[in-house]
Amino acid sequence: MSIILEMRGISKSFPGVKALRDVNLVVQSGEIHAICGENGAGKSTLMKVLSGVYPHGSYEGEIFFEGTERRFSSISDSEHLGIIIIHQELALVPLLSITENIFLGNEPATMGVIDWNVAFLRTRELLAKVGLKESPNTLITNLGVGKQQLVEIAKALAKKVKLLILDEPTASLNESDSDALLELLLEFKSHGISSILISHKLNELARVADSITVLRDGTTVETIDCRTQTISEGRIIKSMVGREMSERYPPRESHIGETLLEIRDWRVEHPLHAGREVIKNVSFHVKRGEVLGIAGLMGAGRTELAMSIFGQAYGRNVTGQALMQGRPIDLSSIQRAVKNGLAYVTEDRKSLGLILNEDIKNNVTLVNLPGVAQRGVIDDRKEAKVATEYRAKLRIRSSGILQKTLNLSGGNQQKVVLSKWLFAEPQVLILDEPTRGIDVGAKYEIYTIINELAAAGKGVIVISSEMPELLGICDRLYVMNEGRFVDEMPAREASQERIMASIMKQYGTAA
Amino acid sequence: MKLEPIRATGPDQASAGAGLWKNNLREYGLLGSLLVIMAFFEFVTSGVLLAPVNITNLILQNSYIVIMALGMLLIIVAGNIDLSVGSIVGFVGAIAATLMVDYKMPWVPVVGISLLLGAAIGAAQGYFVAFAKIPSFIVTLGGMLIFRGLTGNILLGQFVGPFPKDFQAISSGFITDVTGPFTSALSDGFLFGPSFRWTSMLIGLVGAAFLIFSSTRRWNNAKTHTLETEPFAFFVGKNLIFAILIVGFSYLLASYRGLPNVLIIMGVLILLYTFVTTRMTIGRRVYALGGNRLAAQLSGIRTERLIFATFVNMGVLAALAGLIVAARLNSATPSAGNSFELDVIAACFIGGASASGGVGKVMGVVIGAFVMGVMNNGMSILGIGIYWQYVVKGCVLLAAVYVDVYQKNNG
Repeated sequence: MSIILEMRGISKSFPGVKALRDVNLVVQSGEIHAICGENGAGKSTLMKVLSGVYPHGSYEGEIFFEGTERRFSSISDSEHLGIIIIHQELALVPLLSITENIFLGNEPATMGVIDWNVAFLRTRELLAKVGLKESPNTLITNLGVGKQQLVEIAKALAKKVKLLILDEPTASLNESDSDALLELLLEFKSHGISSILISHKLNELARVADSITVLRDGTTVETIDCRTQTISEGRIIKSMVGREMSERYPPRESHIGETLLEIRDWRVEHPLHAGREVIKNVSFHVKRGEVLGIAGLMGAGRTELAMSIFGQAYGRNVTGQALMQGRPIDLSSIQRAVKNGLAYVTEDRKSLGLILNEDIKNNVTLVNLPGVAQRGVIDDRKEAKVATEYRAKLRIRSSGILQKTLNLSGGNQQKVVLSKWLFAEPQVLILDEPTRGIDVGAKYEIYTIINELAAAGKGVIVISSEMPELLGICDRLYVMNEGRFVDEMPAREASQERIMASIMKQYGTAA
Repeated sequence: MKLEPIRATGPDQASAGAGLWKNNLREYGLLGSLLVIMAFFEFVTSGVLLAPVNITNLILQNSYIVIMALGMLLIIVAGNIDLSVGSIVGFVGAIAATLMVDYKMPWVPVVGISLLLGAAIGAAQGYFVAFAKIPSFIVTLGGMLIFRGLTGNILLGQFVGPFPKDFQAISSGFITDVTGPFTSALSDGFLFGPSFRWTSMLIGLVGAAFLIFSSTRRWNNAKTHTLETEPFAFFVGKNLIFAILIVGFSYLLASYRGLPNVLIIMGVLILLYTFVTTRMTIGRRVYALGGNRLAAQLSGIRTERLIFATFVNMGVLAALAGLIVAARLNSATPSAGNSFELDVIAACFIGGASASGGVGKVMGVVIGAFVMGVMNNGMSILGIGIYWQYVVKGCVLLAAVYVDVYQKNNG
């Protein structure tokens, strides 16, 4: 087997930080090579060096692709050779069609005049290859995230890809879409296309990867060959964090008290299509000191339910009854929801959770500014004290409370969003995908915080697509599907099989 | 994936100070540019620029730009723009003139009515932007045309004036020199001559002392609470330069006719808006809204109301500017305030406001306004034609924003 890519002794510094130190990476042709490591380990930086985002000269070391040394000065240089990177944040233009997106910057044209027929036909071929049954004229905005991911891959194929780099491709996909994507990678492999796969989902890596390179703190820890040995998740985690993680979930004792929030007959219509019910007659409750999980597939309506409860931040014609400790409460605006003791920690911390160009301090006090102010005037000292307190309590790793949240890792950003809501002192917190896209070590810390919140007598509602996570941290689970709650069970009686079964059962009766 | 530079547990003093220096680099650079531009014109005009009479003129000419820039800053920080301010200046001036000259109304209620009118205009435009969700560019482009047209219809091509003396004094008056036994003793001649305005000089000295006192207190406060502070030598140097500038300019003004009334109005407004933007919850919320509107909304901030408020505020300040302009010209004219919006918006962007919202500081904008003002004034003294002035100002605006963006991308 030949070597398609070799990166030798790559070092890269940013002002004040050494991001990569003498990193080596060897990818065989026709293999799926996984790269894993905690957030901040240097995975994305390494890929940016490879793809020419950081041009030759801005790093030390050598890159050999197909046997010759390459010096890329821009992304187009590397794309020209067939190295295509698909970023975590998809780079598609929402209001253009699939065809237009696939050939953007690469249009089949003579003298600047695009031959749309050729483009259209080739798009159809490409879509068939990636298994996407959509018309080439469909606008990107009408596709779900999973399908958009496939369009990105089709776009890579259009550029005659030899080495496909996927940065967290399944982070926002549900299980069936993730599976389809991984199958696709395996199929590419059989056609001789190599891929580099960056992912936090270790079970996926264990399934498809031929070899795994582990990075830690900007250095290569090891490259594990998976063809000769079976690799357990524990083995990878140990290599990533440099220690054995015996427990992925912190132990907890639950002391469950009286009912805090109760929702009865909750119905919500789609914000744009009046009359289309998105949430159908949902009733549930959460108790003091309880961690309540809401399981379900992507698109089951969990986020929509949470946001409609949180001051009707989603939907229209919201009807139903909400009670806090048995007393009816008004949740008709976000301000009222906050005042009545609710907090909603969004699944999309970058675009909905944080003011990225502001510092930790300003983000932490944003919801409860009156808490550090008197008659509208902010008390600088009190504010600094509060921010310092939360930074210490939630172990936010930063150079200080004045660091911009833009420059924090995913886990630390999540802790800032959590701090913001904790400072508002809510009774019930709804955490929507609280550990999405953050590394194993930080996940454990978030779980610990959830436990502490429950122990302090709050009601915590966790929405998650990772079933093991829900089973690991919750007291009780609801299963949601197509806008309804289809099952309820204590966590100790739950299993992934039972959850999937309740989802499927509903499909069975509906059909 | 983001980098975590230091796994520190407390703020690292040395690097924190350096970070603060870097954060404020822009304003110091801007202030430096203003001083360089002033020095340049002082040289090429052979000392006319800093002559007491010209400094007084410079302040009178620029006061309304600075005042409107304060409101525009909030509009821009919240992620909007207001193109109508120049037309509001003309419109409010025309209404005020009509009330005073044709209806013989006393000037005090006219000032009140004018400011309310400004608030109403701001509220109307704010409604369309904030609640009806029409882009501010379109709403205020409409406003710009409407109020320019109404101004013309009210004045019918005529100049309406003159105004009562007291009203004119808003803009062309100077603070009264209090002649107590102490100052009269001084004025009697042994220092700076008999016409020296001691009251103005004393206000300048008090202002400088207040600046040093308050910034020392803030610095100490930060130090004892281990917040970030700038290096001591730098702190002293900076305040010394500011104090010298304040004392120097009050000396120049005092040796002519004293501090102009508008300078007092402008100074008070600058202090007020600095306080609102840096210390008050409402200011913080406007910045948050401009930085990320959705996140601000989900944090329970009433973003519509805030945007509405920034427009009402802008309307009031534009009305105030309209009164000052009218008082200065001693008449209302159909073309009053023409293209002011361009100077005001340029001042904001030269001063470091970001077109995408969330960023900008009061001091930056004030300096930005004076950069434009000094260039206007200096080039006029040199007799450079108005059209070449446009070209130069356009280049300066582009250069300032280019430096900004370059620093942001490579800093």
